[in-house]
Amino acid sequence: MFGKLSLSSIPFDQPIVMITLLAVAIGGAALLGGITYFRKWGYLWNEWFTTVDHKKIGVMYVILALVMLLRGFADAIMMRGQQALAAGGAQGYLPPHHFDQIFSAHGTIMIFFMAMPFIVGLMNLVVPLQIGARDVAYPFLNSLSFWLTASGVVLIMLSLFVGEFSTTGWLAYPPLSELQFSPGVGVDYYIWALQLSGLGTTLSGINFIVTILRMRTPGMTLMKMPVFSWTALVTNVLIVAAFPILTVTLALLGADRYLGMHFFTNGLGGNAMMYVNLIWVWGHPEVYILVLPCFGVFSEIISTFSGKPLFGYKSMVWATVAIGGLSFLVWLHHFFTMGSGADVNAFFGIATMVISIPTGVKVFNWLFTMYRGRVRFTVPVLWTIGFMVTFVIGGMTGVLLAVPGADFVLHNSLFLIAHFHNMIIGGVVFGCLAALNFWFPKATGFKLEERWGKWSFWCWLVGFYVAFVPLYLLGFMGATRRMQHYDNAAWQPYFVVAFIGAVIILAGIGFTVLQIAVSIRNRDSNRDLTGDPWGGRTLEWSTSSPAPFYNFAVLPEVSELDQFWADKEHKRAWPRHAHYADVHMPRNTGVGVVMGGFATLLGFGLIWHIWWLAILGLAGMVGSFVVRSYDRDVDYYVPGAEVEKIERERLVPLHKLIDQVGAAPAEQKVA
Amino acid sequence: MSHAHEQAAHGGKHGSLSSYMVGFGLSLVLTLLSFGCVMTGMVPHHLVVPGLMVFCVAQVLVQLGFFLHMGIAPEQRENLMVMACALIFIAIVVIGSLWVLHNMNAYMMPGMAHG
Amino acid sequence: MNASVITAGHDVAGHHEHHDDGSKTLLGFWIYLMSDCLIFSGLFATFAVMAHSYAGGPTGKEIFDLKYVLGETMLLLVSSFTFGMAMLNMHAGRRGKVLAWLVVTFLFGAAFVGMEIHEFVHLIHEGAGPDRSAFLSAYFTLVGTHGLHVTCGLIWIVVMLDMVRRHGLDGIVKRRLSCLSLFWHFLDVIWICVFTFVYLHGVL
Repeated sequence: MFGKLSLSSIPFDQPIVMITLLAVAIGGAALLGGITYFRKWGYLWNEWFTTVDHKKIGVMYVILALVMLLRGFADAIMMRGQQALAAGGAQGYLPPHHFDQIFSAHGTIMIFFMAMPFIVGLMNLVVPLQIGARDVAYPFLNSLSFWLTASGVVLIMLSLFVGEFSTTGWLAYPPLSELQFSPGVGVDYYIWALQLSGLGTTLSGINFIVTILRMRTPGMTLMKMPVFSWTALVTNVLIVAAFPILTVTLALLGADRYLGMHFFTNGLGGNAMMYVNLIWVWGHPEVYILVLPCFGVFSEIISTFSGKPLFGYKSMVWATVAIGGLSFLVWLHHFFTMGSGADVNAFFGIATMVISIPTGVKVFNWLFTMYRGRVRFTVPVLWTIGFMVTFVIGGMTGVLLAVPGADFVLHNSLFLIAHFHNMIIGGVVFGCLAALNFWFPKATGFKLEERWGKWSFWCWLVGFYVAFVPLYLLGFMGATRRMQHYDNAAWQPYFVVAFIGAVIILAGIGFTVLQIAVSIRNRDSNRDLTGDPWGGRTLEWSTSSPAPFYNFAVLPEVSELDQFWADKEHKRAWPRHAHYADVHMPRNTGVGVVMGGFATLLGFGLIWHIWWLAILGLAGMVGSFVVRSYDRDVDYYVPGAEVEKIERERLVPLHKLIDQVGAAPAEQKVA
Repeated sequence: MSHAHEQAAHGGKHGSLSSYMVGFGLSLVLTLLSFGCVMTGMVPHHLVVPGLMVFCVAQVLVQLGFFLHMGIAPEQRENLMVMACALIFIAIVVIGSLWVLHNMNAYMMPGMAHG
Repeated sequence: MNASVITAGHDVAGHHEHHDDGSKTLLGFWIYLMSDCLIFSGLFATFAVMAHSYAGGPTGKEIFDLKYVLGETMLLLVSSFTFGMAMLNMHAGRRGKVLAWLVVTFLFGAAFVGMEIHEFVHLIHEGAGPDRSAFLSAYFTLVGTHGLHVTCGLIWIVVMLDMVRRHGLDGIVKRRLSCLSLFWHFLDVIWICVFTFVYLHGVL
């Protein structure tokens, strides 16, 4: 009846897990009780869970990502704590099986359930506004994508308390991840959480490609499209090209585990290196999927706060495209040690080094944008400068690793760990936090407090170097990744320093949380009344903050790159129209959240071999999709009069404000 | 979009009975040629594989043209671009994987590649 | 397929907003097909790598019956043609004929899936199941994934039959039939590669 699931699947014997479970249970009960007490269920369901509004979906993605950042970081600091202790004969406080789950969960969560949702959330929030569209191409599909990602999150969080998580690292290399060596449900949790969220990501990718190709506002040619939208386009192409390969790879591993096949087993002709090959065909583009939109974020920030157009827009676009293309030609550098010949290693080594050229172009473009600009050192700019320094250092260690001979020495050492955290924290995390500060007012209508943002930045920056420079050194000393304990006591001081670094980063995360909390409390004093808090250049700043649900009452006409800036210069921004037409909008639907629920049942059933539940989940997913396809009441028109009322409420006081303070850009004087 | 233009586009986009018949006929012939290549044993051995490749590519093109109505008309340029992109990625995945794995087998497990 | 996409009823705003003549949906669906193509490319690459990993088990030459495969191929090819007939009638607005041709297509598709299942069952009984060797794992997975797609197509045909019956050939139904048509022909293209690289190449 319940497959492999029984009461003994809950790890009662592990105090750390049980205490966490207790805390989560109490916190969860308090949250649910609070929602019930304040009668917010209807509001949540109607305004959020069933929404097809890209802005709200974007906000939900970002909240999901921030929550998972806390979970992933909890794993990280536990690992640092363990390794600070477990030197010489000491065993630390985490037994090997638990430690293995933690490093696997840390990587899996940070990439798939923190970085990906954050990036997809940002694209949701910003891209339609930036290209002057009223929504994405397929609003329902967008909601479905989010709920599939959420179902992946549910599964991975469940693995903490019911059963176990994978102990095979974030990429689950076989033969260790095969049934023979990992007979538990950990790898199955991994497979199905990733399959569900991966499906959601692929659908998002298709959605955004069509949105960007087909829904740009009149006059916006591709070469007049803001850089963030360009990076989003390239990233979504990479998503659609790379994620199917991940689906295949995990499906084949699943076939080995569930159907007794022999793709990657040791015996009967299986070839484990084929798995490593395939997963990196996806895995390398994946890191560019994450970092390219962050490049876009930094580009927007640096030109906004330097008060200048982005230096070398065209070269920026082509560098983005080049990086996207090259990212598909370098995957073997993740496994030089497999033992290919000199020809293969040389090809992939050189291709890897070539990527540093377009990346260098970008760095110089950012620097030249700042050059002779009036740079305002706000929180987003601090993150951007921190990124530039950190990312360049990480890039240089990357070029070092791209030399196959050097890689033979450094492969799987802590040097590698330091390198990719240098790229992902310096590039993606800094980018996400910069974007959070930059676009927060557009999503909520009020700005984040600068003071706590600066505290957060400095803690992250300092903490990062304190945590990871020791890992570079340890790597040179021969320390490898994923050690539950080690014999060489001389390494311990470095691990202790790294732990201190993690604690400083913890403070940085704490300050981010504090920043958000304080900003919400003081929201009335931080209101963004103009919709343009930073002196922005692109279309998203021409709308109110938060943007109205239809985004643009009248689609803006575009004739140049920084259209909104030009409009302000020529005093034609925020136009008042005599007549507003009806606006065509999609209707909210609960089908996305229902399908996400069925997907969770499907995954849970498959993980625990509860076949009836899996069948129920699958039938429910297909069934609700079919039912949805019969629903013909999927859209409606907002009457022009209502649009006019909303616009008037915003524009009349806004124009009064502009008249009072004089010439544009008004927002700086208002601030 | 003018009416005449629409008509022209539709004619090219949806095909006609005769174009379906031609496509079907060509596919049939190419399928039989492919199978015949291998089943009859009449084709010289060294020509079988190249023959199969030629017939395969030809039939894929026939199906794309006559059934999926792919063409070089301006309004289909986007679809063509998407397909070209996909073909590049497919080539990278398939050729790259074969090259990498063949290379490894050759260096690491000589003689075991066919195990 | 994507019910969320809105067809233009009365486009008051004048601008190019949600004015979807189906082309936006078709572009999205085409991109989906290409991503599906990449799924198959991963499976083909795996099959190619494992093509000689027999592990002492049967080889392609021993288990493939080309006459049987030719039969399967014919069924799929004819079903592609009959779907084309359904589409021609759709554009001509002949609802009854659309239904008839869709039923014919369904029957050919179902026969194809039936033959494939029969082939699989036969192989498993012979001891040449997917757990016998890496080669057979790759074979069953590649061909099976194609078969699974055809099965999804069959379910979709059934849904569309009901939709045509209920709503007639309106804009939404036409758009979805166009997507299904792309899907069905696309599966034919994949099958051409399957019979060439798996079956014909396999018996050489």
